[in-house]
Amino acid sequence: MKILVPIKRVVDYNVKVRPLSDNSNVDLNNVKMAVNPFCEIAVEEAVRLKESGTASEIIAVTVGTSASQEQLRTALALGCDRAILIESEENPEPLVIAKALAKIFEEENPDLIILGKQAIDGDNNQTGQMLSAILDLPQATFASKLVIEGQTANVTREIDGGLQTIKVNLPAIITTDLRLNEPRYASLPNIMKAKKKELATKNINDLGIDTSARTEIISVELPPEREAGIKVESVDELVDKLKNEAKAI
Amino acid sequence: MSILVIAEHDNTSIRPSTLNTIAAAKLLDDDIHLFVATNNSELPNSASTIETISKVISSVDDTLEHQLPEALAPMIKEVATSYSHVLAPATTFGKNLMPRASALLDSQQISDISGVIDQDTFKRPIYAGSCIATVKSNDSVKLITVRATAFDPVQLSGGSAAVESFDSVVSNDKSEFVSEEIAKSDRPELTAADVIISGGRGMQSGDNFHLLETIADKLGAAVGASRAAVDAGFVPNDYQVGQTGKIVAPNLYIAVGISGAIQHLAGMKDSKVIVAINKDEDAPIFQVADYGLVADLFNALPELADKI
Repeated sequence: MKILVPIKRVVDYNVKVRPLSDNSNVDLNNVKMAVNPFCEIAVEEAVRLKESGTASEIIAVTVGTSASQEQLRTALALGCDRAILIESEENPEPLVIAKALAKIFEEENPDLIILGKQAIDGDNNQTGQMLSAILDLPQATFASKLVIEGQTANVTREIDGGLQTIKVNLPAIITTDLRLNEPRYASLPNIMKAKKKELATKNINDLGIDTSARTEIISVELPPEREAGIKVESVDELVDKLKNEAKAI
Repeated sequence: MSILVIAEHDNTSIRPSTLNTIAAAKLLDDDIHLFVATNNSELPNSASTIETISKVISSVDDTLEHQLPEALAPMIKEVATSYSHVLAPATTFGKNLMPRASALLDSQQISDISGVIDQDTFKRPIYAGSCIATVKSNDSVKLITVRATAFDPVQLSGGSAAVESFDSVVSNDKSEFVSEEIAKSDRPELTAADVIISGGRGMQSGDNFHLLETIADKLGAAVGASRAAVDAGFVPNDYQVGQTGKIVAPNLYIAVGISGAIQHLAGMKDSKVIVAINKDEDAPIFQVADYGLVADLFNALPELADKI
């Protein structure tokens, strides 16, 4: 079985992002970048399928600037076999990313695509579902458990009310939720080995897809700030404030 | 042009998130149609009483029981062509379905809007709510998911919409429903609760959540959790409040043993009154709390349960 794992370079989850002073976009100068946490979970799941003998090859792919090579190398260090960078301008929209990934699917014919349910920059939660639509394949989003059984996958999904299990025919698109697994860290020997693994580069403009942006960012602002509250000294004072000041209970 | 809203429901009743979504649609146009795909032939009629909608487009078929997106998205694609906007709630239902329909329509979805500026322009939180982006869409049919907490719901009653049936049901041989474990609780649902009490890593175990439940039962509150508490296995995933869990904005949110990571704040900082109970006085949760109590939760919670 061949698995394709699309990943994304994003701002590290510990960074508190602020708008640029002219409010034209977010300020990403000199901030720490990382593999999107949900993509790490996707890589981990693919690596575990390889370790258990279910998968034979894992291909990591990303759509982004050449800086994204860093995150592909991380994916290779974590156990992906080879990587593909689809070079594009900064921040392509999810629909463009999905169209580009669909082209890679057609070239590589994987049995499974595992990707993060959302990237923690735009918080869009779209790419996997869009890719499924373009390829006319089944989707199993927000996965917390994945069991491959022959030509199908049984996927348990985290939904608002609890858990739902569905069965999808392969090839299928799986998007990862937090509880699917706990990703490992790359070991130093594996980081060294990853430098020698194949990393192919393509240009998005050579894929024959419509890459035009459909949306524009008008402005980016800070959300209204909450006024700092007070510290109460005791449970009695808290109950009094809630009853008589906030009238919340 | 008219607005189409995709109803979220459990085949028995329309979910409250649908009513918030209709409220967002009202800001775009007065002519709002509701698409109801279900296995229950009664549901479209009961939905027709929702205030402000003018038409229910009903698709009733046994195969629609679980509303899998492989069947639903192509149906939305077909219906959507006569609308300027298609809206659904940004719940796991809408998040699963809408991008699939959006790609079929070759439209770039706008996710999780928290404000409507005009027909083309919307506000939405990005980077876990650290920033609010104003985004303009140039697509002719705009697919949008709506952050329910940002729009006050319309009423379930008071309307009398016409019901029109849409018969081209799409067959789906790609995926099938296997089973469901839906949490059953007498407490209100997190996203609809007036009061929420949430626990974090500081609760130390799932058993200790009974300390929160005692208070929740007294206040008629829902019980939530931070990601740390869910990851640690204290409580199931449907408790999670935060960037990638549920977004809530109750009148009162009580955060207990929660440090206040930005990812958690993203899910609750629009609550009206926030209370934090934490023994670490430097915990970031205190920066957003109206009332902070620096205390050991194992002492404070039983006392609070006694005194409210």
